Amino acid sequence: MEWLGRAATDTQITHGRRLWLYVLAGLILLFLILPTVIVIPMSFSESQYLEFPPQEWSLRWYRNYFNSTAWMQATATSFKAGILTMIVATILGTMAAYGLHTARIRFSGLIFGILLTPIIVPVILVGIGVFYVYVKIKLVNSMIGIVLAHSMLAIPIVMMVVSSALKSFDMNQELVARSLGASRVRAFFIVTLPQIRFSVVSGAILAFLTSFDEVIVSLFVSGGQNSTLTRNMFNALRDQIDPTIAAISTLVVILTSLLLAISQIFGKKTDQ
Amino acid sequence: MTRDAALPIAVRQLTKSYGTVQVLDAVDLDVHRGEFLTLLGPSGSGKTTLLMMLAGFVRPDCGSITFGEREVIRLEPHKRDVGMVFQNYALFPHMDVAANIAFPLKLRGVDRVETAKRVEQALELVKLGGYGARRIDQLSGGQRQRIALARAIVFEPRILLMDEPLSALDKQLREHMQIELRQLHERLGMTTVYVTHDQREALTMSDRIAVIDQGRIRQIDTPKTIYERPNNRFVAEFIGESTFVKVDVTSSGCTFNGIPLSLAAQPPQTGPHHLMIRPERLAILQRDPADDVNVLPAIVTAAIYQGDSVLVHASLSDGTMVSVRASASSQAPLVGDHLNLGLNAADTYLLPPEEGVQ
Amino acid sequence: MSHVAGPNAYNLRRDALIERLALFSLTGPALLLVATVMLVPVGWLFWLSFLNDAGGLSPEHYLRMLSQPSYERAFRATFEISFTTTAICILLGYPLAYVLSQLPRRAANICMIAVMLPFWTSLLVRTYAWLVLLQRQGIINTWGIKLGLWDAPLALVHNLNGTLIGMVHIMLPFLVLPVYASMRAIDPDYLKAAANLGASPTRAFWLVFLPLSLPGLLAGALIVFILCLGFYVTPAVLGGGKITMVANRIATDIELFFNWGAASSLGVVLFILTVMILYVASRLVRLERLLGGGDA
Repeated sequence: MEWLGRAATDTQITHGRRLWLYVLAGLILLFLILPTVIVIPMSFSESQYLEFPPQEWSLRWYRNYFNSTAWMQATATSFKAGILTMIVATILGTMAAYGLHTARIRFSGLIFGILLTPIIVPVILVGIGVFYVYVKIKLVNSMIGIVLAHSMLAIPIVMMVVSSALKSFDMNQELVARSLGASRVRAFFIVTLPQIRFSVVSGAILAFLTSFDEVIVSLFVSGGQNSTLTRNMFNALRDQIDPTIAAISTLVVILTSLLLAISQIFGKKTDQ
Repeated sequence: MTRDAALPIAVRQLTKSYGTVQVLDAVDLDVHRGEFLTLLGPSGSGKTTLLMMLAGFVRPDCGSITFGEREVIRLEPHKRDVGMVFQNYALFPHMDVAANIAFPLKLRGVDRVETAKRVEQALELVKLGGYGARRIDQLSGGQRQRIALARAIVFEPRILLMDEPLSALDKQLREHMQIELRQLHERLGMTTVYVTHDQREALTMSDRIAVIDQGRIRQIDTPKTIYERPNNRFVAEFIGESTFVKVDVTSSGCTFNGIPLSLAAQPPQTGPHHLMIRPERLAILQRDPADDVNVLPAIVTAAIYQGDSVLVHASLSDGTMVSVRASASSQAPLVGDHLNLGLNAADTYLLPPEEGVQ
Repeated sequence: MSHVAGPNAYNLRRDALIERLALFSLTGPALLLVATVMLVPVGWLFWLSFLNDAGGLSPEHYLRMLSQPSYERAFRATFEISFTTTAICILLGYPLAYVLSQLPRRAANICMIAVMLPFWTSLLVRTYAWLVLLQRQGIINTWGIKLGLWDAPLALVHNLNGTLIGMVHIMLPFLVLPVYASMRAIDPDYLKAAANLGASPTRAFWLVFLPLSLPGLLAGALIVFILCLGFYVTPAVLGGGKITMVANRIATDIELFFNWGAASSLGVVLFILTVMILYVASRLVRLERLLGGGDA
């Protein structure tokens, strides 16, 4: 353990004297990871009571999930809402980011601010507000209502990601493309977009996840045929601890990791 | 591509202001068919704005731009058919070299075989034959510059615009590329407008130079005229080193601080004038001069050894500071020495009197 | 706008206007969506909060907030929980960020994945995980008793404990990220200089490192606090209905009592508090930056 005696900092404190700090940091990291990770083995338990480690392994809770019409319907709703939100928010958010980046108009700061409000306003306020308006215009429990609300929440995220990509993009390339014969629209699609595509894809994935994970607005405006997965999970959590949720959670974790891995792979390719 | 296919450019009353800042002030400019014209000026003079207007990226407040017979002022950039080379090259990093050069051909619907042929020709032209499959990040600065040029000329535009294309290169490469660009222009003969703030570059490459300052063209002429016979003090100071001494012109002749001078030409007006002195036209006189050499006595204030020569700073009889080069091999002057500086009558040039300029 | 006279001036001005409008119209759809689905509903609620049951203008809902103890309790709980969560996050997050900032880049990046993991995992999944871990027969209690740490099952969930654990878990990454970034930006030469000038390692930390990392810490704590104010899911599930923060109270007002005015007024107050804290804090942080020399 010679390492313990070595200097850890420029001020010559040794690793040994800082051991407590490393242990603390390790415990905190464990605190951050453990809850998510521990759900996975528990979802394969046979028992009704969630034990760790499980005494007997089984796919019982997965069968339970896949055989339940209510869960399946909710899953379908969440995917539909997520994908539609992804499409709407990515297109609208990218357009807005590009417009504000190139227009250089006097009010662009103000417009940017307005488009960011969904992040600042407490979600509960948005939830009941949207619910109130949807009741009036009969959009409660409709797919279009969910998608509109979720897109509104996701637009600022897409916009921030794409804006920062545009900031580091050399706009001269678009000028050159135009001088070489490409119209403005075409120059965007064949020169600019391929180079900011990592950010656009990241934005799209974030938009999907924003919708897929969203609880509060869904609680108010989704329901019936169009009840989202999060709404059903939330209600199930309030009632009792159903191990089916462990199975669903595991699947959600896998889905999220997969999506993030995809966005990483895209990133690597662009870096070359 | 022949010189006849190149288009002349005519700019009339081109004006642009941002708020209270006048960027271009009713500029008139004619670029002849197949000419290499340089826009030269300090930064912020409006030269790049003018180029961007020719390309269509900056919309003027008013004015007219014609390429040949065609008014293009309201034409979108992609319909102008001009090649453009940017300062930072702006090569597309997500395409290889060949795809970059093929870009304008693809947009014009040129077929694959023809495209490949012309890309290779363009690469040959910029001396990078066989580089088509390279990635952009594998190229050096000079190579990128050539590829950007190849991309701008491969579709045979009738006008070529360049915005300080050599400024990112090191000195040696820059000087080499100046000659190459010039040769390429002679071969292709397209009307070329070139922007730079480097006066030496402008003098080396151009058929004519337009010196721009504060949104106005101060003089437009051949490099030789611009250098030797500047219209005004700004041009004289911006191009080359120069010193000005006050002289008096009367109907009988010209005097500097009481010393009569012989001039190359008697100016049309009498009264106080400025005599422009280029340091390289001054000589330290060792013997009695010939008749047509003006003698200016001076006192050495500093002598700086520079290897190949000695730079001598000296004060003329009216206190004006001039500098002159002495060869390092000869007996170098010392501070305090009295010298006689010689200026050939043929090398004298009086600036035309300007309003508001002392 | 001065009107320039000259050839093509009129057409050029028109072209410029059209181009600007075209570029501006790109933001149109997003603006329209945010306006109709966000600004209109929230504005409407704002209006509702000033109407009494008969539909007349009255500050009744706001006055009730002052007079009715249950509202006061909700606000007190919200602030207490937010404050405690922020404090715990600082206590845990600062040392963690410090250790990470001292690691080599590669190792730090790997650890960062662990920090980001909860960031990316669904809120409900995490809430569920804590429910499972903390319940009476949950893993923590069974293992705690098995190892002889305590005798009877502890009440870890469906109360304040559970709420705080869940919220700290969610908020910790929001604190660690800005603090880590500001620590990475500190030039190690400052610490060498401090040591060279005679500061002991501990004093060098307190006098040099801590002040330089303070802007990041302040920014992180601010984000955590503000996000905590609006929490709904965690107190609802891990608090087991016993913890009522303002957001929960709003939901109850709607779900049980259909009292839009009351819910709206609470929402409006919550929003205004958020904006006020943001505003005050933004000035503070900037001031801090100025004092810190802007290096961090």
